[in-house]
Amino acid sequence: MKKDLSQEIESYIAHEIDDNIARGMSPQEARWQAHKKFGNTTAIQETIHEMNPYHWLESVAQDLRYGLRQLRLSPGFTLVAALSLALGIGANTAIFQLIDTVRLRALPVDKPQELVEVRIPRGTPRMGRIVGGRPNLTNPQWEFLRANQQAFSGIFAWGTSRMNLASGGEVRWAEGLWVSGEFFSTLGVNPVVGRTFIGPDDRRGCAEPGVVISHTFWQREFASDPSVLSRKVTLDGHPFPIIGVTPAGFFGVDVGRGFDVALPLCAEPILRGQNSSLDQRAHYWLAVIGRLKPGFTISQLSAHLAALAPPMFQATLPSSYLPDMAQKYLAYKLSAESAATGVSALGAQFGEPLLLLLGTAAMVLLIACANLANLLLARSTARQREYAVRLAIGASRFRLIRQLLAESLLLAAIGAVGGALLSQVLSRGLVAFLATSEQSPLLNLALDWRIAGFAAIAGTLTCILFGLGPAIKATHTDPGAAMKSGGRVVAAGGGRFGMRRMLAVGQVALGLVLLVSALLCVRSFRNLVTVDAGFRQNNLLVLNVTLNETSYPAARRNTVYDELLHRLRSTPGVESAAEVALVPLGGGVWNDGVRMEGGEAPYRISGFNRVSPGYLQTMGTQLLAGRDFDTRDRAGSPAVAIVTETFVRTFTPGANPIGRRIRVQPEAGKPEDVVEIIGVAKDSKYASLRADFEPLILLTTMQEPQLGVNLRFLIYSRSSFAALSNGLKQTIASIDPGINVEFRSFESRVADNVLRDRLMATLTSFFGGLAVVISVIGLYGVISYTVERRRNEIGIRVALGAARTTVARMILGEAAWLLGFGLAIGVALTIGVTRAANAVLFGLKPNDPVTIGAAVVVLGVVAMAASYLPARRAANMDPMAALRND
Amino acid sequence: MGRKKTSEGSGDMLAGTLDMLVLKTLLLAPAHGHTIAHAIEHSSDEVLQVEHGSLYPSLHRLEEQGLIASFWGTSENNRKAKYYRITPSGRKRLTKERNRFAQLVQAITRVMGPEPQQ
Repeated sequence: MKKDLSQEIESYIAHEIDDNIARGMSPQEARWQAHKKFGNTTAIQETIHEMNPYHWLESVAQDLRYGLRQLRLSPGFTLVAALSLALGIGANTAIFQLIDTVRLRALPVDKPQELVEVRIPRGTPRMGRIVGGRPNLTNPQWEFLRANQQAFSGIFAWGTSRMNLASGGEVRWAEGLWVSGEFFSTLGVNPVVGRTFIGPDDRRGCAEPGVVISHTFWQREFASDPSVLSRKVTLDGHPFPIIGVTPAGFFGVDVGRGFDVALPLCAEPILRGQNSSLDQRAHYWLAVIGRLKPGFTISQLSAHLAALAPPMFQATLPSSYLPDMAQKYLAYKLSAESAATGVSALGAQFGEPLLLLLGTAAMVLLIACANLANLLLARSTARQREYAVRLAIGASRFRLIRQLLAESLLLAAIGAVGGALLSQVLSRGLVAFLATSEQSPLLNLALDWRIAGFAAIAGTLTCILFGLGPAIKATHTDPGAAMKSGGRVVAAGGGRFGMRRMLAVGQVALGLVLLVSALLCVRSFRNLVTVDAGFRQNNLLVLNVTLNETSYPAARRNTVYDELLHRLRSTPGVESAAEVALVPLGGGVWNDGVRMEGGEAPYRISGFNRVSPGYLQTMGTQLLAGRDFDTRDRAGSPAVAIVTETFVRTFTPGANPIGRRIRVQPEAGKPEDVVEIIGVAKDSKYASLRADFEPLILLTTMQEPQLGVNLRFLIYSRSSFAALSNGLKQTIASIDPGINVEFRSFESRVADNVLRDRLMATLTSFFGGLAVVISVIGLYGVISYTVERRRNEIGIRVALGAARTTVARMILGEAAWLLGFGLAIGVALTIGVTRAANAVLFGLKPNDPVTIGAAVVVLGVVAMAASYLPARRAANMDPMAALRND
Repeated sequence: MGRKKTSEGSGDMLAGTLDMLVLKTLLLAPAHGHTIAHAIEHSSDEVLQVEHGSLYPSLHRLEEQGLIASFWGTSENNRKAKYYRITPSGRKRLTKERNRFAQLVQAITRVMGPEPQQ
């Protein structure tokens, strides 16, 4: 079309020339007049060209090409900018990806938005045995719900439990899922092999239930054998036929926790025997999710659940509850929450820390953006003459800004793409951080459009953040002045320099916030790992022993327990060993209401544990008064207990506790248990390291009338873990090779306990360190720029006899002013922002003055040290060279 | 390069009237750019001068709107030239423009009134 037009114009001019010749002009004159009459042919061509509606696209492409050329011209700047953006965007994207996977992404099932979880509201105090991944309801409650609800087209219950695949020797755990018959059909999950459960599979007393296995388990244990349906899987010593395999990618409804085998609820008594929870009204181990009927609204559902709750709790009231607890139970409510994104214990545990980390990473990106903006400003100063020329010959400011933004956009795009790729590595690293010694989170971390979208948005925002300001500033130039200065840097750009200072101040302020956050998290973590737990944390091994129910009926267990403890203690390398009901820091809690004998004071809650003699010695917990359990304390002798300091302070203040008797709140219709205090031990941590010391009563295993099949031993030894566990394995195999054993170091349990804090401490110190480095570089840049800008002035001062120290002091003074201003804003910001971290901190407050003070000092010293370099350069300037340069 | 857009229909002609004049010229017979310019100048007794900076954008615009069509032909001088002819929708537009313009002239005349007596 372009060619067409120029031909047309040529033709026009040819005709005009013809006319002119006809009028009697000489050919030369005719040509000249014709061109003169026509005017600027290029301008006309351009006008017509710009009439094209897609003209702007072409000019954008032009801008981008130009931007690319500019970036290629300064590879150093481009590399630094792209790299810092990629890192910043990558870190943000990685954290977002985790939040997205655990909290935002819909379950990979049919119409997930219809799924609703029904539960007793969060935070309702419940009494009984509360176990498993999501213990919301009891089985009787579930059965009532299933029979009486009308809001759901399908409803199911599920619970989790680890099951042992090995028959004897060291355990091999499988993640087990108890599911009601409607689990798979309600979720709309179809098997890839065989079938899933249907209603009749889950009938009370099912004789030979099958199991459905997950795709990963099928691959791992059966090498994807297509004839897997003819095979069996042994769980806790019971063989179950496999009836189906679920599709790849289906992990159940608990995000972050996959499953290996799914069993119908009716199979629970087969594994648990007499300990079955199916008819236990105070055993919370199930969660219930339903698919809402079409057209059923949330308010209708709430009304329905409100009507359902009273009869449900009436019908399922545990008979063991005393009147006041029963009253509370009958007043329980039912609540509904969307389960579209599934449920997630991982999300509940790490949701808040991840959000905090996202905020931290965003701030680092902001500081990096400020640095880039500073660099761009410096570049635009150098290119000021170029802009002036272009403005002078008629370029519009808008067009110049657009072109500069195109350059930033390119950088941001490189950063976003790099960041999205980098996030794939970083997010996997993050997940590895969340793994406990027992379980790695199972998360789908595929790069999808949400992640790409997040990176793209982050990229666009950063582009605007670091590109727009400098672009506007750069083009805000008076062409005349810029030209007149003959290529020298124009000192009049006060506004631009003001912006650079503002950026430096902002960087210092944000840098301080991040440094304080880092110090807070590190100190909190330190507090946690150095807290006096009341027991030793190293050289302890946890040994879990599982007896086979049939070969060890209840009557035989106490005997084998005695033998086990005896033989373990004589295993080489073992210094002491003890049995314990609840290994500390496991998160498990056993408590009851107690009061001292000789009064009718109300029952108050105390923690309980049951230990063998030698427990205190094994754990290194000091006995402060009285005696340890010993052979005198046997079944039939008076029940005895050792209590802790806090118990004494709470229950028998000011009196000698030894010999006093504790009354334990009984179940309804039973007499109070009475135990006599024989010793007082130092306080020790119970459920977790974070929790404060609580009153604790230790009972003894020797007086336990009936031991279960699971026994936990704690072993103190200075031998290596491997050598010790081998020795112990042989010891137990020599008693009975059919006994299942599992070894864990107590240290790893402690590490699991502080996982969240370690995550926070590590990542915030990484981000904090990065923030300090970047903001100090920013300040250094601004100060260097000051020196460069005031070169002449400094030269004159020195020439006129100013002392070099005066010059240095002048520059340092400016740095100090910027720094002080930044730090002041930073302190104010810190006090406002770090409050959000209150919940994750241990042993200190978010606005801890020592921490803030230390951060101010550290940042101040580092920043002043960095400013010293340009100050020294200024002081050592040769005045002649500086002036001659002009 | 960012350059300010030249305002359309600049020159001494009333805005928008060039398109109408071009259509009117083409109503008689197809013509190429040079003829069109000359025809307008000639039939206005050289009062209206066609700016070439406006003529070609105007032709381009009219062609985009489908009011005129173009073809390459040979001119009376035996030169290759791009000819334009009016399309049926161009004729309709011309009638509309003519009415609009007549109204406009009447309105302006009414406002101006007879020349005031000195």
